[in-house]
Amino acid sequence: MIYHFFFNLTGSYIWADIIQSLLPLFIFILPFALFAVWLERKVSAHMQDRLGPMRVGKHGWLQTIADILKLIQKEDIVATDNDKPLFNLAPVLVFVGTYAAFAAIPFSSAYIGSNINLGVFFIVAVSSFVVAGILMAGWASNNKYSLLGAMRSAAQIISYEIPTVLVIITIVMVTGTLNLNTLSQMQTGHFWNWMILGGPGFSLTKILLIPFMILAFGIIYISMLAEVNRTPFDIPEAESELVSGYHTEYSGMKFAMFFLAEYANMFAVSAIVTVLFFGGYQSPIGYLGNLLHAAWLIPIEQLFWFTVKGLFFVFVQMWLRWTLPRLRVDQLMQACWKYLIPLAFVNLIVVGLITLI
Amino acid sequence: MREYIKNIWTAVVTILIGMKVTFKHLFVPAVTIQYPDVKPQLPERERNRLYVNMDDCIGCDQCARACPVNCITIETVKAIPGEDLGKTSNGKRKALWVTKFDIDFAKCCYCQLCVFPCPTECIYMTDAYEFSEYERRNLLYDFVTLSPEEREEKKANYAELEAKKAAEKAAAKAAKEAASTKTGESKEQK
Repeated sequence: MIYHFFFNLTGSYIWADIIQSLLPLFIFILPFALFAVWLERKVSAHMQDRLGPMRVGKHGWLQTIADILKLIQKEDIVATDNDKPLFNLAPVLVFVGTYAAFAAIPFSSAYIGSNINLGVFFIVAVSSFVVAGILMAGWASNNKYSLLGAMRSAAQIISYEIPTVLVIITIVMVTGTLNLNTLSQMQTGHFWNWMILGGPGFSLTKILLIPFMILAFGIIYISMLAEVNRTPFDIPEAESELVSGYHTEYSGMKFAMFFLAEYANMFAVSAIVTVLFFGGYQSPIGYLGNLLHAAWLIPIEQLFWFTVKGLFFVFVQMWLRWTLPRLRVDQLMQACWKYLIPLAFVNLIVVGLITLI
Repeated sequence: MREYIKNIWTAVVTILIGMKVTFKHLFVPAVTIQYPDVKPQLPERERNRLYVNMDDCIGCDQCARACPVNCITIETVKAIPGEDLGKTSNGKRKALWVTKFDIDFAKCCYCQLCVFPCPTECIYMTDAYEFSEYERRNLLYDFVTLSPEEREEKKANYAELEAKKAAEKAAAKAAKEAASTKTGESKEQK
């Protein structure tokens, strides 16, 4: 819809493409990252009975903008023994991996970057770029701590991709589609049609699916948390032991790129969870647009609901960060290989049997 | 197997308990004090920067002598007859011009020992604790209320008086001596 609008506006496919591809960055990711950094600081502060930033703007809401201005002015330090091409490429690659995932995320029924049939698969595949970027950053920094962090990160992301994919397969088995837009549309109506409550329709299957869907949600949320390297799975960064790991040697805007990628990733992960289990952009209680017979209102409402759901899961990530201590490397691997993967497999088989009923 | 399920159960339950705790703290009022705007409540007998009320100071030098780090320097000059310096608030008559009352807060150790000996209670601790400076010499506080000219004047007055007295004394002595030599001479003559 938006694409056609831009095509009519500019009269050229190329311009429409360019505008459409830059849209999520400028209207969504950048404002979101600015907001999320501020939110993170406020949430962490209030959870520790502090106030957090209070000086720049009311309750410090301009703090992140001030920080970005500072980061832009910073010197871009490149050490002599760095592998320069890789060093410069790494932050870009990390950001590209994160940003590409937004192409397939349905923000509302009117706006999807690319309505591809392999949406979930595309996101899982393309976000693996991030591992390459992190490993590159760690290697090119020529710093033992950075390399250690990068290697931990690679091990962690590769391990946790397995339960993620197993849960996605479970969902795909129930719904029969990989297209995120179709997935969202299936869960229309009210919240009892969401996948976490067994999907649309009323049948014995739906009731039987509920506990297994909740389990699947738990597994995918934990493993997604590990994939974005957030606490309690932040051993690649691990400020206290690895002096923040792979981005130790980065300064100025390159560091900001990593930072932006981290927060964009947090939202991407929340968006995937939202689409898979919580109805995507669908409203839980029906649309105001239907009530007022204003069809144009519905996509805006959908964007609102999508943002709210996404932000809620981002908030839960922050909440977990300030609740749980960091796992050790062996505990991390144990949690993945001994608990999440077997559970995901059992879940896959049980859900498969239930869908046969 | 039992152990395995128990582990999962413990993990889930403990995480939920932890999350409950942190969520409660989200609504606990912050303990932060927004410092320059809001100041913390200081204890009742806190010791901070000294202040000298020069109207009550009689220049007795007791505070300077009590100071363990010698950060107080006092110089006084006697008043000349006819000058009225007034009285202190507790009725003591002032007899000395205080021409120098310097406290070096770079040296001061905030022990409050100078406060107790003061007979007129004119030196005391205030609640001011924000007086950092870029230069150490700026921490040398001058409490004298007289202007530099007035101080010179008082000194000069006193010196004049002394000189006058000395001159009178000398004159008297000379006269006496002169008288005594005269009598001596006359004695000798006899």
